[in-house]
Amino acid sequence: MPEPVGFFTDSSVCIGCKACEVACKEWNQLEGNTPSWGDGFDNTKQLDAENWRHVKFIDNVPQGEMLTGNGAAWLMMSDVCKHCKNAACMEVCPTNAIVRTEYDTVYIQPSVCNGCRDCISACPFGVIGFSAKTGAAQKCTLCYDRLQANMQPACAKVCPTQSIQFGSLSDLHAKADARLAALHAQGNDKAQLYGRDDSIYGGLNSFFLLMDKPEVYGLPNKENAVLPSRNNFKSYLAAFVAAAIGVFAGVKALSGTPESGGSAAGSA
Amino acid sequence: MTEHFAAAPGWEWWITLYFFSAGLAGGLYVLATIFRLRGTVRDESLARMGFIWAFPLVVLCGIFLTVDLGKPLDFWHMMINTTPGAGGLNWKPWSPISIGTWALLLFSIFSFVAFVFASMVERRARAGEADLSPPGFAKVFNVIGSALGLFLASYTGVVLSVSNQWVWSDSWAIGALFVASGLSASAALMAWLGRSRADASTEARLQRADGYFALLELVALVLFFVTLAMAGALGHTLHGIYWVLWILVVLSLIPPLRALGARAQAAGGALSALVVIAGVLLMRIAVIFSAQY
Repeated sequence: MPEPVGFFTDSSVCIGCKACEVACKEWNQLEGNTPSWGDGFDNTKQLDAENWRHVKFIDNVPQGEMLTGNGAAWLMMSDVCKHCKNAACMEVCPTNAIVRTEYDTVYIQPSVCNGCRDCISACPFGVIGFSAKTGAAQKCTLCYDRLQANMQPACAKVCPTQSIQFGSLSDLHAKADARLAALHAQGNDKAQLYGRDDSIYGGLNSFFLLMDKPEVYGLPNKENAVLPSRNNFKSYLAAFVAAAIGVFAGVKALSGTPESGGSAAGSA
Repeated sequence: MTEHFAAAPGWEWWITLYFFSAGLAGGLYVLATIFRLRGTVRDESLARMGFIWAFPLVVLCGIFLTVDLGKPLDFWHMMINTTPGAGGLNWKPWSPISIGTWALLLFSIFSFVAFVFASMVERRARAGEADLSPPGFAKVFNVIGSALGLFLASYTGVVLSVSNQWVWSDSWAIGALFVASGLSASAALMAWLGRSRADASTEARLQRADGYFALLELVALVLFFVTLAMAGALGHTLHGIYWVLWILVVLSLIPPLRALGARAQAAGGALSALVVIAGVLLMRIAVIFSAQY
């Protein structure tokens, strides 16, 4: 059994070059969407069926005088499927198309998925998209085919700043811990690891070093990192109570009486 | 305030129609069963009509659900695990969509059998036979079918809640809302379809039932909005055109609620039935579409 693998994405050294996006599309033969040009450098906007890597630009730096020591910078982060230990997509998938591979990654089997799209509403990171071309849900495979050929994922291979690092989880954890310590030593107090421990979906095989709170990057914090199944009991209970009251009300209203034109059918 | 970053699954018209048909099919079956078990001898005709209409609606459910899939011909993957080397049946009790698939299949069987028997008895009734009372086992069969029908009408809402989508996952009341509204629309539909079969007493009882169901729906609706408000998600369902839809949904509850309050039979049966049914459809449209933008 191979060792669990994953990505460590260090957003502190991401320069927003999008080489990861290009390499991912090239290798996985993704056509991509028509670029969306707006007031910023982000023209892919989101992760979806055609974008399995997406460089987020958090560029809403307020206008103002920047002096030494009070500067503000854009934040950039190459986002990707988190390959969660407790994966919400895998939890709800009715066809069992979403499986955990021998590399401990989360993989959608294209031939098994029938395109019900329940996984899309379950994924808390907005990672999965539906492809009208294939009729299936699609997302990062962590280059499952390349892993089988002992190659590293395409995005990690091309990343010029080593913002995206691939390797065994234990190695990546050690590198991330060292990097975080270095940043804290430099006074970057907001720097934090996201998904390194088990507080977010039991741990993420694709985890991040962030330079601000997770919410700033559009990532759920610990309180909001919840599984869909949390609502099972309450929802079923409410539905059951409503159904029981409905049946009771129906019986009360519809029961025949001698006044209503005859004896009850049950006693006829 | 709860924060969500899930993407929209693109569940639109087919799913809306499926959820709507599921509520009607389940509701009609339940009302037919109640009429059979607790109604008068004359109500048996209306019970048969309910069973006869429930089955085509279930067939529509299957069609809508299948057409919505990205790969409709692979619909059976919901039930059979086609993962290489795995095999066996797909059964995930913690995934409502998985349980719902089986519930739909089972309810289809129950509604088909009820449809066949009701159609046969209907033929006998037209031939003038006197004894048309169903055998005892039919009643037991119908009770089991009703439980499945109620599940079908409600699980569609639970599917939405068991997600990470805003609005849907912010409320646990959607399943309750769907089952209450399904019963309400079914009572309205039954009153309208069965107007030639029902006497004044039956019509009055159906309207009273619809009034109770509408009251239940109103309570579920209040719970839905309260839970959304608590999660800070009201704005995600009351934006754009959707607040107008929600107002129409509330207005559609007025005819059955008025009938509940009045002792006399409410006027405009066909129109009020249409208003109730349209309101139930609008409610599903508002729930499903407003959360996906």
